[in-house]
Amino acid sequence: MSFINYAAREINCKLVYYGPGLCGKTTNLQQIYARIEPTAKGKLISLSTETERTLFFDFLPLDLGTIRGFKTRFHLYTVPGQVFYDASRKLILKGADGVVFVADSQIERMESNLESWENLEGNLSEQGQTLRTVPHVIQYNKRDLPNVVPLEEMQAALNEHNAPWLEACAVKGVGVFETLKASAKLVLTDLKKKMGG
Amino acid sequence: METSAGDLILFAEEEQRLVALLDRLCQEAKARAAFLIDRNGHLIAASGRAADLDTTSLASLAAGGMAATGGIAQLVGERGFSGLVLEGERSHLYIAIVRDDLILVVHFDRTSSVGLVRFRVRWASDEIGRAFAVMAEQSRTHADPGPTDLQNQLAQITDEDIENLLSI
Repeated sequence: MSFINYAAREINCKLVYYGPGLCGKTTNLQQIYARIEPTAKGKLISLSTETERTLFFDFLPLDLGTIRGFKTRFHLYTVPGQVFYDASRKLILKGADGVVFVADSQIERMESNLESWENLEGNLSEQGQTLRTVPHVIQYNKRDLPNVVPLEEMQAALNEHNAPWLEACAVKGVGVFETLKASAKLVLTDLKKKMGG
Repeated sequence: METSAGDLILFAEEEQRLVALLDRLCQEAKARAAFLIDRNGHLIAASGRAADLDTTSLASLAAGGMAATGGIAQLVGERGFSGLVLEGERSHLYIAIVRDDLILVVHFDRTSSVGLVRFRVRWASDEIGRAFAVMAEQSRTHADPGPTDLQNQLAQITDEDIENLLSI
């Protein structure tokens, strides 16, 4: 949930990147970190294994600028994608203001996408939430590869709530900022609505 | 104050009250710095030599660490672990859960001790709990102009404002 420091005139929000193992969640954060100006970012922290698989989470604090006199800060987190790290995923998902679901477009990863999507719904439900109300964006990643599932099929299988979606090739930075922008917009619009706007 | 949606809003007077509590904690526990963070890793208030540290990263990692510790507690049949001591060569951290949804982090060195810090944290936890209870009560009973003003300002945010903000 968001934290608004009225004294410091700061809005702080938490955005969680979710999806199956090796879908590109960490790559999204690395690309943002590499391309955003130094004054707008903090340290990129990765709690990963020796083989660079996410063990607990990645964390990147971003300063997106000022809106109506409020500094707007987003804390970006990734969850570990591997199936057996579910306990960690639940912990990181808690208090999220928004979710980016990163789907792997390769045919052979479609089942993992569905499994991770169901896992996201299940974990949100345990926290008394649902994707119907939690702001979320779907990123169809790895669209540059030859063996991808057609977009219409992925949309039909995953995008149950007609969420904003984007195509991406995160490793080349394509679609990464567009995804962040779409998610931040949803989160801020939701915050405005919650505050009675 | 906490909104019905669980969002936390901190006004100037409340922040000053919390910083004063942390100042006293630092002084009485002979600590280098003390931080109050929420369970989501947002820094709420800080005192002492906080400027020497990357407080944003520290808040996020401490919250992650305490979340993992809570998970471990459940696995061994405990409701939770109230505190965690991290011992370093030159300095140490004592991390404690306050009021179930806040985390207090105290950074200290050899000029203090775990026992003293733990003892003072117990006092500070009670005081912070009381301060939050007072804040909640005030937001219910007083026509504090703060929340209304904030709501008005947030309600005025337009799509264009958001677009301009995200010129990334």
